[in-house]
Amino acid sequence: MAKVLIADDMASMRKMVAFTLESSGHEVVQADDGDVALKIAQQQSGFDLVITDVNMPNMDGITLTQELRAIPALKFTPILLLTTEAGKEKKMEGKAAGATGWLVKPFDPDKLLMTIKKVLR
Amino acid sequence: MSIDLEQFKQIFFEESFEGLETMETGLLSMKDGETDLDIVNDIFRAAHSIKGGSATFGFNAVASFTHVMEGLLDEMREGKRQADPDVINILLESVDEISSLMTAYQNQEEPNVEQAQLLQKKLENIFSAGDDEAGGVNTSTADQGEENRCLGWHVEFAPHDNLLLTGNDPLLMLAELGYLGEMSMQMHDEKLPAFADMDPEVCYLKWIVDVLNATDHDPIEEEQITEIFEWVEDECDLNITGIYPERKSEDRRLGDRRIESEQTDRRQADRREGARRPTDKAATAQPTNIRVDTNRIDALIDMVGELVITQSMLGQLGEDFEISKLGRLREGLEELQRNSREIQEAVMKVRMQPISFAFNRFPRMVHDLSQKLDKKIRLELVGEDTEMDKTVMEKINDPLVHLVRNSLDHGLEGPEERLAAGKDEEGTVCLKAFHQGGSIVVEVSDDGRGLDRDRLFAKGVERGLIKETDVLSDEQVYMLLFAAGFSTAEQLSDISGRGVGLDVVRRNIESLGGNTDVRSTLGEGTVFTIRLPLTLAVLDGQLLKAGGQTYVLPLNAIIESLQVDAASVSTLAGDTKMYLLRDAYIPMISLSMLFGTTLSPSSDSNKTDTLLIIVEWADKCIGLLVDELLGQQQVVIKSLETNYQRVAGLSGATILGDGTVSLILDISGLIEMSAKVHEGIAQQ
Repeated sequence: MAKVLIADDMASMRKMVAFTLESSGHEVVQADDGDVALKIAQQQSGFDLVITDVNMPNMDGITLTQELRAIPALKFTPILLLTTEAGKEKKMEGKAAGATGWLVKPFDPDKLLMTIKKVLR
Repeated sequence: MSIDLEQFKQIFFEESFEGLETMETGLLSMKDGETDLDIVNDIFRAAHSIKGGSATFGFNAVASFTHVMEGLLDEMREGKRQADPDVINILLESVDEISSLMTAYQNQEEPNVEQAQLLQKKLENIFSAGDDEAGGVNTSTADQGEENRCLGWHVEFAPHDNLLLTGNDPLLMLAELGYLGEMSMQMHDEKLPAFADMDPEVCYLKWIVDVLNATDHDPIEEEQITEIFEWVEDECDLNITGIYPERKSEDRRLGDRRIESEQTDRRQADRREGARRPTDKAATAQPTNIRVDTNRIDALIDMVGELVITQSMLGQLGEDFEISKLGRLREGLEELQRNSREIQEAVMKVRMQPISFAFNRFPRMVHDLSQKLDKKIRLELVGEDTEMDKTVMEKINDPLVHLVRNSLDHGLEGPEERLAAGKDEEGTVCLKAFHQGGSIVVEVSDDGRGLDRDRLFAKGVERGLIKETDVLSDEQVYMLLFAAGFSTAEQLSDISGRGVGLDVVRRNIESLGGNTDVRSTLGEGTVFTIRLPLTLAVLDGQLLKAGGQTYVLPLNAIIESLQVDAASVSTLAGDTKMYLLRDAYIPMISLSMLFGTTLSPSSDSNKTDTLLIIVEWADKCIGLLVDELLGQQQVVIKSLETNYQRVAGLSGATILGDGTVSLILDISGLIEMSAKVHEGIAQQ
């Protein structure tokens, strides 16, 4: 099972995602902002997946993605953005920063699990 | 797998209401037309989070409403739109609307979407007035391509060199294609260099895949294929063609942007009465959460650690105790006492929150009401960091709102009247909180016209509350405001006079063990003061004995205690006794007499009623005659009402260290009782 880092400043969303992943056996580490997630990623290793919200107060998900990609251990680790943007612009911005893909809100636990299957072996 | 989202909804509601507050505060700070980008970003982020969360948790009315609002905010964020007062006002209304929709969801009621739709239309009108782009996006109704028999799909997938660098894995995508139907695949490795030249971070391969509909599955939609490659659209060459006899016309997905075309429906919804804040009523039945600074929790954990150490130290001491170790036992007990006191204080602190939680609704209220009343009003908030118990705070919300409305409506004059009186045309309302002794004091003051003593007096007579012949101090006249059935406004306005008067404010405050007070200078302004206990759970008490019973007296009510000097006691008509303390006569009341606990009511006996404790409440003093003063200690208040019934003169009970129950005296009640006793005697 995978070790997943989740960054979202909204506790409800973050906990929902964490709970869903934990319920299907994954190990989850939560961060309530991008800068916190970055710190965790620098200190811990072994993450198989990062799921991050785009809009966060201190460090947004796109900057976080860029920073994470600079960490050698996370160079190829899947990073998924949680976004409400239906438009392509933000997604492409995310891709340019190195994000693997995105998960568009609203999503339910099933969709979340389906989506992470796309990036977890 | 099904996951119950219910448990996250409560958190979401709280976050959302916080977000709405952020939005409101931000919007109010922009009302002068300045667009501060940081603030706009904060507002946008809050709206955005609410939109995403509400869609996820199934609160669609909120989601679709916030979506439109977000569009407007986005334009402000990008500098395409300035924050003019109209926009700010409609955004403020939108905040209210979201709040009321959210409240409905929280109470598991069907939200009233009519109002939301009306407002949504207004937003859309503003939105499209500035930017016609919105009107153009929609319209393309999907050409329903004729459903030809599609056999499957031909997919050419050639990843660019850098596809791996975003963490994507072509093999997983291909595997997914395989789940859709029956797959046959060719791999092209023409670009693959010699091993020595290979860069492991580059993807050199290309795949050509045919996926055919499986007989036991639904036919594969093109969307299912594009979805697999959705994330890598720009990092690969992708070619998807249907495999069927004829070509199929292209089917486009509809954007999820909903646009309504009519723009002339200008039915202005009446500005909603006052500032409707449904959040107030929300969550009364719900379990409430509290946000606590982690430092406080950490401090608490530290203290518990110390407690455990003390406990084990005492435990060891108890194992083989000898009298020679008495000193250490005492030390240990002292330590224990210190530990428990610290823990108690720390736990109390957990419940403490800055009063800004109660104050921060007022900027909005003042903003709205000043428009409605055509008055220019400045709001000052002082002492927002003053902390108070969450329960107390929740309960003073309504009284505070009432007092502030009262000041805006009745206290402050309109601009012309102010100018005529030589004042600044802008009136000021000030909310001020501070600690005083064991109480928290909240003042609502204005620099308005002040209270008109003569008018109040006349009104009091008219209402039958006082007699024309009564001689009253200014203060007593002002206190008439708090009497039931008293209203000075000639005309009931929908702002402060909804038939509930200040008497309700006073009752609410008193039920919390607090009191209200009013000071005023005609022409200069009025100050309403609310005084409340810091916490409702614990009380610093003075233990005392009267008539063989032990009582607890709130320490902060005590002014002084003295030996009764018979020469200073004067007896009035009946049995009323007054004590001459310095220059003032203070009514005396014997606790044992009052509660009927003395067997022989001979107050001359040497042992009884030898001490006089002067207590004060709401600027009134009485002397309590008691037999003996015991120690001081903090006591935990237990309600008499829930366990027995309300008893006049008592505010509750507590359990003392030796296990006995002791009654807690209610000073305001005692003062009232003593007044009645004296009246009763006077009437005889």
